Amino acid sequence: MSDLATQVTEAKEALDAHTVKMVQWHFNPETGSPFWLDQAGDLGFDPLTDVTCFDDLKKFPLFEDDSLRGGPVQRWIPKGLADKPAYVFETGGTTGTPKSRVVMDDFRIDYELFSETLPDEMFPPGSNWLMLGPSGPRRLRLAVEHLAQHRGGICFCVDLDPRWVVKLLKKGKTEEAKDYAAHVIDQAMTVLEAGHDIKCAFSTPKLLEALALRLIDNGSSVKEAGITGIFCGGTEFTPQWYRFAREELLGPDVYITPTYGNTLMGLACGKPFDPADDYKITYYAPQPRAVVEVVDFDDHTQVVEPGGTGRVKLYTLTDELFIPGFLERDEGEREEPHEKYPWDGVSSVRPFHVFAKTTTVGVY
Amino acid sequence: MIEIPIVRWGEPYESMEKMDVVHFESGETLAQVHEANAGLIRMDMRKARRAREILREFTIEQLVDMMATAGEYYVNDTLPLGNGDQSPDDFCKMQSATTGLPEHMCRMNMTKNAFVMKNMHQILDALTRGLPYNILSDGYGKEERDVMVSYQANCNAAGWVLPSNSPGVHTLWLPVIPLQIGLVLKPGPQEPWTPFRMYEAFAKAGIPREAISIYPGGTAKGPELGSAVLETCERSVIFGGLATIERYVGNPRVSAHGPGFSKIFLGDDKVDDWEKYIDLMADSVYINSGRSCISCSGIWASRHTAEIADALAQRLGPMAPLPMDNPESGLAAFTIPGAAEAMSGQIDDGCKSDAVTEATDQYRDGDRLVQNERCDFLRPTVLHVTDPDDEMANTEFMFPFCSVVECPQDQFLEKAGYTLVGSLLSDDEALGRSFLDATNIDRLNIGEVKTIQLNWLQPHEGNIIDFLFRARAYQDSPPPPH
Repeated sequence: MSDLATQVTEAKEALDAHTVKMVQWHFNPETGSPFWLDQAGDLGFDPLTDVTCFDDLKKFPLFEDDSLRGGPVQRWIPKGLADKPAYVFETGGTTGTPKSRVVMDDFRIDYELFSETLPDEMFPPGSNWLMLGPSGPRRLRLAVEHLAQHRGGICFCVDLDPRWVVKLLKKGKTEEAKDYAAHVIDQAMTVLEAGHDIKCAFSTPKLLEALALRLIDNGSSVKEAGITGIFCGGTEFTPQWYRFAREELLGPDVYITPTYGNTLMGLACGKPFDPADDYKITYYAPQPRAVVEVVDFDDHTQVVEPGGTGRVKLYTLTDELFIPGFLERDEGEREEPHEKYPWDGVSSVRPFHVFAKTTTVGVY
Repeated sequence: MIEIPIVRWGEPYESMEKMDVVHFESGETLAQVHEANAGLIRMDMRKARRAREILREFTIEQLVDMMATAGEYYVNDTLPLGNGDQSPDDFCKMQSATTGLPEHMCRMNMTKNAFVMKNMHQILDALTRGLPYNILSDGYGKEERDVMVSYQANCNAAGWVLPSNSPGVHTLWLPVIPLQIGLVLKPGPQEPWTPFRMYEAFAKAGIPREAISIYPGGTAKGPELGSAVLETCERSVIFGGLATIERYVGNPRVSAHGPGFSKIFLGDDKVDDWEKYIDLMADSVYINSGRSCISCSGIWASRHTAEIADALAQRLGPMAPLPMDNPESGLAAFTIPGAAEAMSGQIDDGCKSDAVTEATDQYRDGDRLVQNERCDFLRPTVLHVTDPDDEMANTEFMFPFCSVVECPQDQFLEKAGYTLVGSLLSDDEALGRSFLDATNIDRLNIGEVKTIQLNWLQPHEGNIIDFLFRARAYQDSPPPPH
């Protein structure tokens, strides 16, 4: 058996064992959360005895993320973690009640694992970070700050309320939205020009583009501003944008890596850049804590063939959160395991074609 | 397979993302067009000054002559198209196959574009009111009457966010290059053909490629690209619906072109002879399949409106879809799924009003909406509307559609609202004077002129010279004592 095949087998075995452990935790009356303990009686099977491997999670109905709206959020806290200080992170919320996820340590663990994938020469340990992304009740703000701290640096942040931007765009106030974006870039420029010796950054594609162009207009560049490593996320991180960013916005001396994630799952890493990939972007979930599958559009229990197109399905399997299958609002192609990530990945992630016409993506 | 790259100031750029441009009837992919990302536009527009500088290496006279030569190439020659070639016949077939416009109409629009290119000198002379070209090039100069005048370009490059449905609009951007201003085009997803063919015709005629950028994108990317053009070009033009118009009202950088609500008004002194004008009215409604903003969508008169509607219905009602290559084909196809059905439903809803009667249904063998596997058609529709305040009195659809509206003559202007082209049939001097004074009519015809009969020497939805240039004071010596 080849090295990769062995790795794949081992990863699968580890995932199966982890799945069983998580199900035992979340459905044990002593340790599980009120939400899942309440659900257990309606499932039609006994998770404690009937889940013996990862594939058994398909016995669960699809997770509806609307369940995450409203309180009390304590229903999500596993009894086994009841004494831990908790954060609540929100997603959405421009109108109506946002979806909430209660977190104790997951965001730290996720970003510490992600930290291991960052090359030290481009993200030097001990260097300071710029967080050019949403603030407020978002996981990203604290997660990036923790990443910086975990790597021995300090994180400088901007104020950015994406809900306000969505409201402006929905009202057709594009000029005001542009003014707001300029306001955010002003803050980033102030941080970069203040002598904080920032070398690393998180940004969204739109904001990174705006920052790079502002620096170019000022006769400078991202490189000249001192930044050597950037991680960037979102479905707007397309192959064409990746190429544009590397060739024109940043140049060869600034490292940029794509990431894909959300408040529910954590952070999927991009396959390291390889010219042979022709800028194709492939993500791998932080298995076994989270799993990404590419499933048939009409049958979410069926994974498509390698190279096939389907809907992105997420699983979260941590002590803090159990999501036994959730259909993301994205689609993509299933990718083969990689030696760095010996499990399936997903490439060319884009908004699910059925939703794409009505979704406002990448407002910040 | 023809692949068409993005053009970035004359340089071809192959994107990682491509869109298929498909034949609306067969589903065949006719070409793959490389899709831009908004960042490319934002980056390139930082070099727009170079486009103007390059064009200013030529005189306006030279560029006008090149434009005339390009017009010949555009209409007659086989020209490069991406990695392939395209003959004039191929062009008409491809444009028809993606826009749904019958081939003979594509050829008519091609001829119209070429006419404008070949007559650019006369057009610029008219639009500048005879201003010597050097005044635009140099920014100042003296006219023959020895008065110093100065015109300053408002932009280095002008952006155009183009539609897919009406190839005729391309005439509007043709003066940009001879005016020594860089040209930035974001083609409609189904109509990349004209911008790229023009670009090649220009280049063959000697116009520097470096003055032109073309950023194609499909339906999903279109809004982002259009927004980037509008954001980065100091002057730009966008085509869209009423919502687009409303969004850019009062924005001096953007000229938004939308529905025309073009109309014919029959004065009380002429309306009893309405039969004499039925050809004029019918042509105004259905030529170019009623797709233009200059197509007539309203005929207003104080009496005989039911008879006028009936006569038009007899003329237009029987028209039915024909193959796109049939020279008699008068109806364009709707290639966007659901669009025709939605419009037909809107008309049906409108007909529920007591003031509205459809005149065409009795002369049509079948429904208004003709649905095929890959496209739909809407057959001509004439409504009789007895209340000028009814919603259907002042509406427009992209097919041969017209409301014949009963309205007292003295209320025409008050009730008719915005009108891109207004043709008044009347010798009544007072009525004519009120039309001349009315600011809600953009292009005014007084006399027997079809709404679709444009004289290119006249400005259209504002004078492009006034949009691209600013008249300002310039002195190179103290003024006379006063």
